Amino acid sequence: MIIGVCLKQVPASDSRIKIDGSGAGVDASDLKMEINPYDEFALEEALKLKDAKVAKKVIVLTVGGSDSEQRIRDALARGADDAVRLDDAAFAGSDSLGIARILAAAAQKEGVGLILAGKQAIDDDNSQVPAMVAELLGWPQVTVVDKLELDGGSFKAWRQSGGGVRDVVTGSLPAVISADKGMNTPRYAKLRGIMMAKRKKIPVYDAAALGLDPASVGAAGAKVTQVNWSEPPARPPGRILSGEVPSMVKELVTLLRDEAKVL
Amino acid sequence: MAKFEGVDFYNIDQHLSDEERMVRDLVRKWVDVEVLPIIEENCREGTFPMHLIPQIGEMGLLGMNLHGYGCAGMSNIAYGIACQELERGDSGLRSFVSVQGSLCMFPIWKFGTEAQKQKYLPGMAEGKLIGCFGLTEPDHGSNPSGMLTKAVDDGDSYIINGAKMWITNGTLADVAIVWAKLDGDIRGFLVERDDAGFTAPEMKGKHSLKASVTSELVFDNVRIPKDRILPDVRGLKGPFSCLNNARFGISWGAIGAAMACFHSAVEYSKSRIQFGKPIAARQLVQNKLAWMLREITKAQLLALHLGKAKDDGTIGIPQISLAKMNNVDMALQIARMARDIHGANGVLDEYPIMRHMANLESVFTYEGTHDIHNLILGRHITGFQAFQ
Repeated sequence: MIIGVCLKQVPASDSRIKIDGSGAGVDASDLKMEINPYDEFALEEALKLKDAKVAKKVIVLTVGGSDSEQRIRDALARGADDAVRLDDAAFAGSDSLGIARILAAAAQKEGVGLILAGKQAIDDDNSQVPAMVAELLGWPQVTVVDKLELDGGSFKAWRQSGGGVRDVVTGSLPAVISADKGMNTPRYAKLRGIMMAKRKKIPVYDAAALGLDPASVGAAGAKVTQVNWSEPPARPPGRILSGEVPSMVKELVTLLRDEAKVL
Repeated sequence: MAKFEGVDFYNIDQHLSDEERMVRDLVRKWVDVEVLPIIEENCREGTFPMHLIPQIGEMGLLGMNLHGYGCAGMSNIAYGIACQELERGDSGLRSFVSVQGSLCMFPIWKFGTEAQKQKYLPGMAEGKLIGCFGLTEPDHGSNPSGMLTKAVDDGDSYIINGAKMWITNGTLADVAIVWAKLDGDIRGFLVERDDAGFTAPEMKGKHSLKASVTSELVFDNVRIPKDRILPDVRGLKGPFSCLNNARFGISWGAIGAAMACFHSAVEYSKSRIQFGKPIAARQLVQNKLAWMLREITKAQLLALHLGKAKDDGTIGIPQISLAKMNNVDMALQIARMARDIHGANGVLDEYPIMRHMANLESVFTYEGTHDIHNLILGRHITGFQAFQ
């Protein structure tokens, strides 16, 4: 079986995000990019299934420009066998559904039997793409999974469903599984993997190669448009109390209770 | 403290290949996640973080610039930059990797028989076999040619007698590369942990490189089979070719320790308020920070250029001496200056400063003391040898 891992590059989690001049996008010029952390769990799970000889091959599927190639090479260095980069001018402005259409087409083209993806990307936090990919392919899906077992043509997936309750979901392959934190501990790349990744070709598929109607993806196919981004309001300045300590303590407790409402 | 993002004032990055940058990012992240949270504890206890060895092996950092036998075959610049990132964590960790790769795997790879390479190198690359390098003796440090350790030919074996001192990883080692005189010639021998008469007691009481194991090696009529001699090298050329590789790595490693101290000093000075302002706003502090950046940048350029020369095979021995000497010296001075900027806080192990400073005192002296490297340069400049 071939496992497809959907992998997106996102700004490093400690980045300071700046809104660009248009007001509807992010100024990426100074941003350090990383593999979306939840996608790292998906990749690790795929690699573990390959190590256990349950999967024959792991292929990375990334929608993105050439600047995402370094993240793809990182995934190859950790042990993914192949990768395809999905890039076309027609993909620009895609909403979650457009991205899902591109990924679903790539998964079909590559003969993927299981798709693993992060439960969400930490940049836009939409959490929509894995579910949409499953719907487009007509495959079973389980989201926010932290443990997965495969047995022949079926899977068993564990997920938290709130209040400490554990769901156990079974189904048949092919399927889409979205990964939560705690599923595994992502491995470090190996230096020999870095050397092998350097030599690997990363094919680029456009809309035509994927058999996609350009009108169904990108801004043309988007059902949702981002209109405006805004920075969080500036934090109001702190207040410094003065006077004798006993009266300051009283005042502080009153403020914490009545104004901040944290007590 | 803000996350460490490297120091790259002169855009060294643009001269690195993609895979060299990947190595840098990989080791930097590994140090952040696995080393920095635990290293002060090891330092306090005077122990090496043994649990990291399998990870170091698995990533492929051991013998990473050698080809074949399970080694990654990366560039010397990649090796240098890995040393830099490791030493940003701790010199002890970088020493571990230097000793294993440059001092132990390299001589087997370069001077060993095919059978020796097959026997030792793959396991050493994985970190499953640990090596140590026995050259220095209690009474012969800068002058290794005076060594007293001797091997004698005894039919189908050699018998080794003598003692070595200041040996990194000695007590941990499965195999020791031991330099001893055979008929007056310095030769390399492979002594294994279980060979009768071989012991490696740990040296205690160091105030430096505390998170690293340093040992004596004692050889009391150690009999080893004839196939444990390194056949292809005689004389000091053997150990010196190993040391030159290790010194190359140290010239990069010291930059890492300096970067850690500089980063901490910048962060501290921006948050430490005295007389109503951050001390970073004061000219005396800025002068120190500017000096640190200046020295780190020069050291980076030296190391990078030396790395290119090593990769294209034009590297020279005096050039290695200059880089080792300069870069360790600047790192030590930066550590002391950073301690000053941190005020009293600089002596606490909440900050990495004193640990790096104390470590660098050893690095200043080992692998050719600062003064010996001066004399190597002096000989190069004048043609006069001032050692003897």
